[in-house]
Amino acid sequence: MTTLAKKRKIKTAYLLLIPGAAWLLFFFFFPLSSLLATSLKRPLGAAPEDGFAYALQFSNYSNAIAEYWPYFVRAFTYAGIATLVCILLAYPIAYYMAFKATKYKYLMLVLIVAPFFASFLLRTNAWKTILSADGFVVGFLNALGALPEERILSTSIAVVLGLIYNFLPFMILPLFISLDKIDKRLLEAAGDLYATGSQRFWKVVWPLSIPGVVSGVILTFIPASGDYINAQLLGGVSDKMIGNVIQSQFIILRNYPQASALSFSFMAVILVLIYLYLRRVGTKDLL
Amino acid sequence: MAKNENVQDLHLKNLTKRYEDFTAVHDLTLTIPAGSFFALLGPSGCGKTTTLRMIAGLEEPTSGEILIGTENIVPFPPYKRPVNTVFQSYALFPHLTIYENVAFGLRRRGIKDVDKTVKEMLSLVELSTMAERKPAQLSGGQQQRVAVARALINKPDVLLLDEPLGALDLKLRRQMQLELKWIQKDVGTTFVHVTHDQEEAMTMADTVAVMNEGRIEQMGSPVEIYENPKTAFVANFLGQSNLFTGTVKGVDGDLVAVDVNGLTLYVPKGKTNITSGKIVIGVRPEKIKVVDVDTPNLPKNQIVGTISDNAFVGVSTQYVVESPWGQELSAFEQNVDPNDLGYKGNKVVLAWEPRNSFVLDPDEDLTAGIEPELVLN
Repeated sequence: MTTLAKKRKIKTAYLLLIPGAAWLLFFFFFPLSSLLATSLKRPLGAAPEDGFAYALQFSNYSNAIAEYWPYFVRAFTYAGIATLVCILLAYPIAYYMAFKATKYKYLMLVLIVAPFFASFLLRTNAWKTILSADGFVVGFLNALGALPEERILSTSIAVVLGLIYNFLPFMILPLFISLDKIDKRLLEAAGDLYATGSQRFWKVVWPLSIPGVVSGVILTFIPASGDYINAQLLGGVSDKMIGNVIQSQFIILRNYPQASALSFSFMAVILVLIYLYLRRVGTKDLL
Repeated sequence: MAKNENVQDLHLKNLTKRYEDFTAVHDLTLTIPAGSFFALLGPSGCGKTTTLRMIAGLEEPTSGEILIGTENIVPFPPYKRPVNTVFQSYALFPHLTIYENVAFGLRRRGIKDVDKTVKEMLSLVELSTMAERKPAQLSGGQQQRVAVARALINKPDVLLLDEPLGALDLKLRRQMQLELKWIQKDVGTTFVHVTHDQEEAMTMADTVAVMNEGRIEQMGSPVEIYENPKTAFVANFLGQSNLFTGTVKGVDGDLVAVDVNGLTLYVPKGKTNITSGKIVIGVRPEKIKVVDVDTPNLPKNQIVGTISDNAFVGVSTQYVVESPWGQELSAFEQNVDPNDLGYKGNKVVLAWEPRNSFVLDPDEDLTAGIEPELVLN
C-alpha cells in the first residue's frame, strides 16, 4: 500500500468517528458540564428569582449529603429489594422461556415487552386502582388480616411493588438472552456425568447465566434507584426517594445548584456501588 | 491408568424406538462383547445416534431392553448408568477449566480426593500442561481428548462416542483414530462408536455393524463385511462395488458359474447356497485388473469394455469402463507400474479372480446405499 492510500485510510477512520464523537459531545459532555457548573453556583438572594452566580460553592455537596442522606438510603434500599425480587421472579420466567417454551418462546417475549407500548405513567397509575383501598387486592388481604396498616397504597410496599412491576422486563430480557445461549447438550453432558437435576442447575446453568444476572441487576437497579414516579404515585409522604427530592428541588423549589449537586452525588454513589458489585461478581468483560 | 477388569457385555434386546410417524430403531438385537471396540455405521437418519442415546439414557426406548451383564438399565436415569458419553462436538463446560471438566463426574459422585485420578487421566490423553486452561483456549483435537478423558475417568462399563471426530480436519482425524484405538486398548473399556464415516469405522473398530433405516444390515469384522458384503446397501455404502444380476448356469468344480448378459462370471461355491435361478454377484473396484486386450494369463472373470472416464489420484488410477451391456463399471489400478491405457475410448479387459467375487442376498435394490448424485451418473 502506498503512503498516500494509507493516509487516506486513516482519514476515513477519523471521518467515521465524527457522528459518534459529536453525539457524545452534545448529549453527554455538554449537559453534564453544564450540570456540574450549576451544582457549584451560589444564590444571589433568598428567593430563586434572584438568580445564581457561577462560583465554587462546595457546600452544596456537603449540604446535599448532610440533609438528604436518608433519601439516598431509602432509594437504594427500595431499589435493592426490588432488584432482588426481580431476580427471583425473572429467573424462572427466563429459564422457562429458554429451556421449555420451545414453540411459545417468542410469543412470551412479545408479551413481556408489550407493556412498553403503554406509557410508564399510565401503567403506574393503573396500579393505583389495583391497590386502592376499595379494590379486591386490599379487600382480600384485609379479610385475611395480612395488612398491618390495612392499606397498601401510600406505603413503602406499594412503592417497591411498583418498582418491581416496572423494571421486571429489564431483568427478564438479559437473563433470557444468556440462558438461551447455553448449549442444551451441556445439560445432557452434566447428566451423563452423574449430576442430579439441582446440580445441573447450580454447576452448569447458573454459572453460565451470571453475565445475564449482572446486566439484569445493572439495568434494574440503576433506573429503579433514580426513579421518582413510583414513590410519587404509589407512596406516602414518608416513602420519598432521592429522585423525588431532586425533582422537587428542580421543578418546585427551583434551587438548581442544590438539585444539581444532589444529581451528581447520586451518580457518584451509583458508580461506586456498581464498581464494587462488578468487582465482587468478577465480570472481567465489563471492567 | 489401570485396566478396567470388570467390564461386562452389553446386550440390546428387541430395542425399538418409534416416533409418531416413523420408526427410528427397529427391533434391534445384538451383543457387544466386553472390551471390544464396536462401531455403528450408517448414513444420517439410520437410527445409529438414537440407539446410542437410548444406551446413554437420553432417549427412552419404545420397547425392548438394554442389559449390561444381566442387569436391564432401561429404568435407570443417565446418571445411574455405568455408561458415559463423548458427545458430538464435545459439549465441554465452557466455564470450567480442563482440570474441572475432567473432575466433574468424580465430584458429582461425591469423591473428595480427585487430584491423583484427574492428573493420571490428563497425562493419559497428554494434556497435563493444559489443566488450567478453559476449553475455548484448546484446539479441536485437544478438546476432543478432554471429552474422552472427562468420560473415561468415571471408569464406565461402556463408553459411547457420538461422531467423535466429525469436527476435526482429515489429517487430525486420522491421528485421533489411532489415538482412540490405543486408549481403548489401554483402558479395556467397551467402546461403542457411532459414525457415518466408513473409513473411520473400519480403522478403529473390532466389529462394525452397518445400520440402515433402523435395522442392522450386516455385522462383522471390518475385513469380513468389506470383503463379503451381504446386501447391496453394505456393498455400496462401505466402499464401492460393481454389482451384476445374473442366472446360475451350474457348478464347475469349486466355482459357481453365473450368466451375466451372455458372459460367464464365476464365484466360489463356498460363498453362496444358491445353485440355480437368479443371483446377484459383485466385485470391489480395486480387485479388478485393467489390462490390454490380448494380455495372456488373465484371471478367470473377464469383461471387455471401453474406457469412458479415468482419474489419476496418485496412489491409483480410477477407471470408469462401459461394459458391452452399457453398465458402467469402476476399477482402481494401483500405480505400481503406470501404464498408458488411460485414454477414453480405449478397449480394455477387466479381469479378476473368482475368489474376489462376493454374493448378495437376491432381490436386492442394487442402488441401495449409493448417494443420489452418484446414481445419476
